[in-house]
Amino acid sequence: MPQFIDRRLNPRDKSLGNRMRFLKRTRVQIKEAVDKAVRERTIGDAAKGGSVSIPSDGINEPMFHEADSGGDRQRVLPGNKEFVAGDRIDKPKGGQGGRGRQGSKDGDGEDAFTFALTEEEFLDLLFEDLELPDLIKSSLKDAKLAEPRRAGYSSDGVIPNLNVLRTMRQSLSRRLALRRPSRREVERLEARLAELAALPESEALTEEKARLEEELKRLKRLQKAIPFIDPIDVRYNRFTRVVVPRAKAVMFCLMDVSASMGEREKDLAKRFFILLHLFLKRKYERVDVVFIRHTHEAREVDEHEFFYGRETGGTVVSSALEQMIEIRDKRYSPTEWNIYCAEASDGDNSGGDTERCVELLTDEILASTQYFAYIEIADRDISSHWSGGDSKELWRGYADLADAQRNFAMRKVANPADIYPVFRELFARQREKGTPP
Amino acid sequence: MNDVVRRPRAEKPLFEGAEWNFALMHEVYEAVQDIALNDLGLDVFPNQIEVISAEQMLDAYSSVGMPLMYSHWSFGKRFVRDEMLYRKGYQALAYEIVINSNPCISYYMEENSMAMQTLVLAHAAFGHNHFFKNNYLFQQWTDPSGILDYLDFAKRYVAECEERFGQEAVESILDAAHALQNQSVFRYRRANKLKLSEYEARRRERLANEQAAYRDLWRTVPNLAKTKEPTVQEKEAAERMQRHRLPEENLLYFLEKNSPILHPWQRELLRIVRNVAQYFYPQRQTKLMNEGCATFVHYTIVNELYDRGLISEGALLEILHSHSNVVYQTDYDHPHHSGMNPYALGFAMMQDIQRICVAPTQEDREWFPELAGCEDWRSAIKEIWANYRDESFVRQFLSPHLIRKFKLFVLSDKAAESEYAIEAIHDAEGYRRVRNALADTYDVAARDPDIQVVDVDLLGDRKLILRHKRRSGVPLAEGDRDRVMRHVNRLWGYDTILQEEGVN
Repeated sequence: MPQFIDRRLNPRDKSLGNRMRFLKRTRVQIKEAVDKAVRERTIGDAAKGGSVSIPSDGINEPMFHEADSGGDRQRVLPGNKEFVAGDRIDKPKGGQGGRGRQGSKDGDGEDAFTFALTEEEFLDLLFEDLELPDLIKSSLKDAKLAEPRRAGYSSDGVIPNLNVLRTMRQSLSRRLALRRPSRREVERLEARLAELAALPESEALTEEKARLEEELKRLKRLQKAIPFIDPIDVRYNRFTRVVVPRAKAVMFCLMDVSASMGEREKDLAKRFFILLHLFLKRKYERVDVVFIRHTHEAREVDEHEFFYGRETGGTVVSSALEQMIEIRDKRYSPTEWNIYCAEASDGDNSGGDTERCVELLTDEILASTQYFAYIEIADRDISSHWSGGDSKELWRGYADLADAQRNFAMRKVANPADIYPVFRELFARQREKGTPP
Repeated sequence: MNDVVRRPRAEKPLFEGAEWNFALMHEVYEAVQDIALNDLGLDVFPNQIEVISAEQMLDAYSSVGMPLMYSHWSFGKRFVRDEMLYRKGYQALAYEIVINSNPCISYYMEENSMAMQTLVLAHAAFGHNHFFKNNYLFQQWTDPSGILDYLDFAKRYVAECEERFGQEAVESILDAAHALQNQSVFRYRRANKLKLSEYEARRRERLANEQAAYRDLWRTVPNLAKTKEPTVQEKEAAERMQRHRLPEENLLYFLEKNSPILHPWQRELLRIVRNVAQYFYPQRQTKLMNEGCATFVHYTIVNELYDRGLISEGALLEILHSHSNVVYQTDYDHPHHSGMNPYALGFAMMQDIQRICVAPTQEDREWFPELAGCEDWRSAIKEIWANYRDESFVRQFLSPHLIRKFKLFVLSDKAAESEYAIEAIHDAEGYRRVRNALADTYDVAARDPDIQVVDVDLLGDRKLILRHKRRSGVPLAEGDRDRVMRHVNRLWGYDTILQEEGVN
């Protein structure tokens, strides 16, 4: 007798353990692949998970097997069309022996191994050592909004908050407890008295009437003494202010696209923006991204235009800040939105404009912004910038600001490898103020 | 099928439409079973039929088809690869997986239509099941009622080791063991140990034989005196070889028993890998026959079901469509050609044997005198399923008819020559050569590189010497050879070298 078993409801993810083992083993290669994928994707898509390819070097499972060439072999093939015994065929040129179709099963490591990562896995690898949750808790200041929430009832408050139902309930229980006569009781007594008055008089009747009148008088007195609604009955809805995280964030990406910003500079900036975006996305329900690029004047553009569009002109950084303020006022009220801003530039600015920037930042922007990060894309050899005195215009201007303002930070980046450390540094709570050493 | 008394046709088919449910599968199972047991006379393990989802099928893929398996990253690797191929639509999943166990567990995809479930029931629950139970290799080498318990033990043992000694330590041993698993099977049964009385009887017999065969004349033959006494070293070496039972071709077995550095738990891990490899060894040797048998069984059963009116014409067509996809053989110059299709060749050979039994030609009578015209194809084919493996099966039963049908030819590729040579084609001179050459390609023992432990001096420098015997001068792939040798080195702990024999 066969046994039929429905296994479809068995617990899922039976292979999860082995999958984790595999990912752990290939962590280094996967990490590289993930970094590469981030480079090639748009900011919004960067964290989607999806396919990654890693070299099959580290994960091949070697076994003894015969080489593809050398020695004498025989193969039996189907589908002979024109050959007769004794025919000779030239071996394909170039390949040794030309057993191309055979492939390398366990590979000598040329093939890439492609597979799909989930979004979780992708982000974990990307932020491998950033320990995001802690970072968020400690570094995002004031990402909160107080909202009134119902919190029971109170005996004092303002009239608009009066809770009639609750009040009447209180009143009823008090009246019952104190035995306040009801209106119906009084009416019944009065009706009885009227009835008696209509009857012919007698001694017993007069006595009865006197008793009833006495009773009626007592009830009326009680009614007067015990009010229908007493001030102690009154109940109000009580509200308390609960702090809830603001669920929306907007990220302003500001970038200088004047001629001095080349491919390399833009690529570095893009990586920083991607990181910030991913970071915010893990925290907020909704993240908007606004791209503002500027030369001597600023414009809001879409992502493609932002990274790949070409434009020439001078450099006036304040134009971008002004544009940002304008957009903020129009679309992103600071009471509703968490505002983040990342600015990337090579540090050049036209003379006199830096003071204007600092002014705008101090007066207009920083107060309503969660965080403002300034990234200066340095030349490849960053050390020359650090050897004192040689700082660019914008850097010098911002330096004081970074000292004074808690939510303003600035760093120099020269290589892709610097991005993570810098990002991490920027978002660490105990960050050092001011310029790097 | 002529000799079967036809039953009256059923009034209506067992099912219409694609939907399946368990009650229906039960009914179909009964009908399939009736034909399998009473008509074909198959002999099967009790069936355990499990319906699974696509995701569970992927799980099963990654653990080489077994319902439970110890944990290892390589199974995860297989899983992520298959998962991606499946999700992107590059690779469809199998309709079923069947396990050589008792009871015989087979998995069926929930996505199959009822017609497909009928097909796979016949294919797996009866075709493969019969083969597993009756083929001599499986009978000799596997223990179907113990395998699941053993795997359960293996899984727990590996998990315990990981807990005690760390995942990395366990992984490094398993990696090394996996690298050697194809060289770690016993290919031949060892002779049973003789009882003392038998041993004594044999010794006497041998002595008596020597006395009876003694000729004093031989003493006078001159070059007899010239044979040298073996030197001390040679004697020692011979003794050493005997002590360690060398040469030994089961590498993991040798390392498990003799490695100077392994801890007991590490030896047990080697043993687990080796036992699993041994369990699968019969399957590697009978791929062609196993699939041929199962395909032949489902084809026969499904046609019989149709003849009895138990399945509709629509269901039959759906089944045949899928069947013909499976048994399609691409030509050598087709872009998707990937060697001989075991389903195609296996099924064709089974059908051919049936044909030879029932309606032989003159040629068949010459080639297969004992089969031709014997009429009883059921017994003939079951006997073949029981007593052959792929290599011997092809060598014995590939008929000229099939060689012509597949238009087989032999291509030889000699490293020293700049051209390929066509050695033989499907003509009278070529039949035997084609057949032998094809049989050779199914000889697993001849395809896996022949690597043996030939010497080790455990009392001296402990150097382990492996020897690879090249066949026809074919070398090992160098990159993988060196990687595997590093694994051997890790398991042995002292110097290991690999000698090449047969380099021209």
